[in-house]
Amino acid sequence: MREVCIIGAGLTRFKEHWSSSLRDLFVEAALKAIDDAKVSEIASMYVGSMSSGLFVEQEHIGPMLVEYLGVKNVPAVRVESACASGSLAFRMGFIEVASGLSDIVLVSGVEKMTDCEDVTSALAAAADVENEVFFGATFPALYALIARAHMDSYGTTREQLAAVSVKNHKNGAKNPDAQFQREVSLDAVLNSVMIADPLTILQCSPISDGAAVMILAPLDMAKKMTDKVVKITGSGAATDTIALHSRKEIASLDAVRLSAERAYNMARKKPEDIDVCEVHDCFSIAELVAIEELGFVKKGKSGKFVEEGNTEIGGKIPINTSGGLKAKGHPVGATGIAQIIEIYKQLTGNAGERQVKDAKIGMTQNMGGTGASSVVHIMEVV
Amino acid sequence: MSSPKIWRQRIERYRLLGQKCKDCGKVLFPKRLVCSECGGREFDKEPMPEVGKIITYTTVYFGPKFLEQDIPYILAIIELKNGVRITTQVVDTEPKEVKAGKEVKFVFRKLKDEGKTGVIIYGYKAQLC
Repeated sequence: MREVCIIGAGLTRFKEHWSSSLRDLFVEAALKAIDDAKVSEIASMYVGSMSSGLFVEQEHIGPMLVEYLGVKNVPAVRVESACASGSLAFRMGFIEVASGLSDIVLVSGVEKMTDCEDVTSALAAAADVENEVFFGATFPALYALIARAHMDSYGTTREQLAAVSVKNHKNGAKNPDAQFQREVSLDAVLNSVMIADPLTILQCSPISDGAAVMILAPLDMAKKMTDKVVKITGSGAATDTIALHSRKEIASLDAVRLSAERAYNMARKKPEDIDVCEVHDCFSIAELVAIEELGFVKKGKSGKFVEEGNTEIGGKIPINTSGGLKAKGHPVGATGIAQIIEIYKQLTGNAGERQVKDAKIGMTQNMGGTGASSVVHIMEVV
Repeated sequence: MSSPKIWRQRIERYRLLGQKCKDCGKVLFPKRLVCSECGGREFDKEPMPEVGKIITYTTVYFGPKFLEQDIPYILAIIELKNGVRITTQVVDTEPKEVKAGKEVKFVFRKLKDEGKTGVIIYGYKAQLC
């Protein structure tokens, strides 16, 4: 297997892009990535999109985006694994370069959500439609079921859940690509509109439009093309039951733990080796459970860990320096790629005000549904 | 949702009928073709008990369009006496009455309708015992 590196990245700001279509967003981000990588040709393309069909009623977006990007006749694969579509597209591109089949591969994610009238129902399609959604489950409700189980099992408090949003908004305020570039207080989070108890609206990621694109190349080529080479040293993926209720432990996310174990093993790294990490905080509780499953804190102790500031920039393990899904925004298919772009920026010293000092090894965790799919990547400065 | 889809699910939705794996005895609801425990492919029919307990719960304040008239509603994961877990609404009570561990029983209720020309879809919800 060849070693694979990132040689360029580009993304749109995440926000409500009323004047841009899905194809506009993708091309904007892709041109930035291609210019950043200084490549003239790509061999192949992967696009992560959860549901262009339900969101903008357009399927078959692989060839459409190839055409609009002007890279005629390049093979394109759309990758879908709900909110983990982006990082799974990244993994597919990684595998294609690692295998030796192709050299320069474009990996991307895109979602245009604001053209859709019923986003809640479109997103719900990532749960078990027949056995959960049919009975009234929404995504906030399912994560609220996880939150309640975590509170009952470990004594996690509403304040500890809210602290995740406060921290992520603090980071988002330093990110010019974030949807919400402002801080929020603990009181504001706790007193905002209740969506599904105990989750208030300021603990739910927003509806967003956006695209994120990266260019991959084998190590020998990457060394000649850029002086800041970032290598992908671990890629792990795992699945779990589609319905939350089919799992023994409701307050655990087995797919997250397994995908992380696989990435750690491949990279020969341990949780304490990671300098900076982006996790899938679609809801505040998701970040708490994720940092437990990734091994940064013992099971049940994440609430206190976050409350004490350990996950802030400058803390033991900075989590979601980009602002996370909560503040940066969550155009579902684009999220996984945007997480990797944040780590790429951190490892190349381009994270501006939110730069983590001496970041050498970074990690991303992206999941679909209530953790029915999870993808973890570990990256290192060469 | 199409009428054939509703018809197809009548056995579990209306009669609470699941299955028991002939190899390992695992009870599955609703029915599937492969046992999630042992990979077995042969099953006996198995009726579900009509009582269980709440594992975790939430009150939903923003729901899908078909449940607009029920907002806020209580959603819970319920473990039946035989260990089978399901997700459904807890009805005829207030959020403050709902706690993990409380006993519930199934009640037969309208779940949604397909509008003027469609069918009315029934199924189970839960009620505190």
